[in-house]
Amino acid sequence: MTDLTALTIAEARDGLAKKEFTATELTQSYLSAIDAADALNAYIIKTPEKALEMAKTSDARIAKGEAGALEGIPLGIKDLYCTKGVGAQACSHILDKFTPEYESTVTQNLWDDGAVMLGKLNMDEFAMGSANETSYFGPVKNPWRATGEDIDRVPGGSSGGSAAAVAARICAAATASDTGGSIRQPAAFTGTVGMKPTYGRCSRWGMIAFASSLDQAGPITRTVRDSAILMKSMASVDAKDTTSVNLPVPDYEAALTGDIRGMRIGIPKEYRVDGMPAEVDACWQQGIDWLKAAGAEIVDISLPMTKYALPAYYIVAPAEASSNLARYDGVKYGLRVPGDDIVDMYEKTRAAGFGSEVKRRILIGTYVLSAGYYDAYYLRAQKIRTLIKQDFEKAFESVDTILTPATPSAAFELGREVTDPVQNYLNDIFTVTVNMAGLPGIAVPAGKSAEGLPMGLQLIGKAFDEETLFRAAGVLEDAAGIMEAPAKWW
Amino acid sequence: MSIDKDTVKRVARLARLSVTEEEAENLKGELNSILDWVEMLNEVDVNNVVPMTAVVDQEMKKRDDVISDGHYADRVVANAPMSEDNFFMVPKVIE
Repeated sequence: MTDLTALTIAEARDGLAKKEFTATELTQSYLSAIDAADALNAYIIKTPEKALEMAKTSDARIAKGEAGALEGIPLGIKDLYCTKGVGAQACSHILDKFTPEYESTVTQNLWDDGAVMLGKLNMDEFAMGSANETSYFGPVKNPWRATGEDIDRVPGGSSGGSAAAVAARICAAATASDTGGSIRQPAAFTGTVGMKPTYGRCSRWGMIAFASSLDQAGPITRTVRDSAILMKSMASVDAKDTTSVNLPVPDYEAALTGDIRGMRIGIPKEYRVDGMPAEVDACWQQGIDWLKAAGAEIVDISLPMTKYALPAYYIVAPAEASSNLARYDGVKYGLRVPGDDIVDMYEKTRAAGFGSEVKRRILIGTYVLSAGYYDAYYLRAQKIRTLIKQDFEKAFESVDTILTPATPSAAFELGREVTDPVQNYLNDIFTVTVNMAGLPGIAVPAGKSAEGLPMGLQLIGKAFDEETLFRAAGVLEDAAGIMEAPAKWW
Repeated sequence: MSIDKDTVKRVARLARLSVTEEEAENLKGELNSILDWVEMLNEVDVNNVVPMTAVVDQEMKKRDDVISDGHYADRVVANAPMSEDNFFMVPKVIE
């Protein structure tokens, strides 16, 4: 039999329906591939027994003609999602061995549709990072390497484990989460498709919180069609999340008509930033040409607030993180370091439990929210969000979607020396505006750098108009060709 | 605006995060570099701008004020580092 891990979700779904193979066989193929890929450090928890049990149930349902939309499809789950009875710790030492007593709404939706869980995927600690180098479980390695080199590259972050696992074919697809680019940036670095839906489209219930006004769940997949399939299952209206928006979830797969004739695509001049490598610019131009060739109309637009999005994000996100992470105190779950008194215990537990990037953000967040600074920092940043959102609203009066590069470079080398934290933050420069405005965005593989590393383009859409994004992304994918699997070195 | 080492220690205290002298010194530099960078936000005129609270205007959902689940104290404390009789155990707080 051919290697079942080579199949996309859509292909596996069809194969299972035609009884060409069983869900158990499909799952077994992935379990073997996972065990052979420990060098990538993508999985922090493997759940083979659970996977085989779920696959067996799927086979029974398929036999009875009761298959769900994702019946028998093996998925990897970002460690940010609470999964009942299976550890979840957002890859932080402070959540040591935390085993949720409940299931997140997004993962429950997936299991209800018949998906199979392979295990929990590595990520930046509490989703804070753009290279997956802040995980308590160590960095993930990008399955892609530069042509002729054997130097490890980062997979991006924070959903680095999800992106690497999808690219390396050690899950059919993965859940991820995006606060400032954490789905789209790693997707671009690994040649996968990453969709960050509109804020409120997916329930945040049971996702370990980073910055509540920005966090949103989404899928990382190999193809645009798979992204549409998974998105349909992940999205739902949820009474348990007050920010979940009460709108019906469309059939995203049906949006993939391939027809974008007359679609108006905006090209924002502010995304042509200083020092951007020529090949990023060339990739963007290629995308513009492809869409134009497919009948879209290209419109030059301006988003003047773009340069303020990233600094405003680095006030809003740490402020909300400092508040959300206050719950980790050594009392209710996770790590506890004894102290002389209760405050000493809190301080020692948190000092030992959080990594340096998380500490840095908690301190920035505490500072900007402290007495006398709230208006100057947090309130000002929230007002700038309004202006960013207005930029987009104005742009969307004349265009249907916006095309930009996904990242300012291809994947960089693991372990490079960076002394200035701001330097790391610049990775999210093209993605973060979307979170600030709450809009949907998708990263699609669009080609390779001169070094042979994947490069991605990003499409930004109107609120709750993910369908237009999928349609345009499908056209880009058709033109670029579906990204092949990286050459196996692990 | 530039923050000194004492401010770092005061903020760390507020955040319930113990830091060593050396950490405080390093953090001072890192936090200042972030704060210097966000200074550019002061270029923007935000007078008469309403802070963003939601992507879509919708009335905040409210639950009925009733008990919808509960009675599982053992599950609530299941992950506690120390518990006894379904109570969280902490070091002595009152002398």
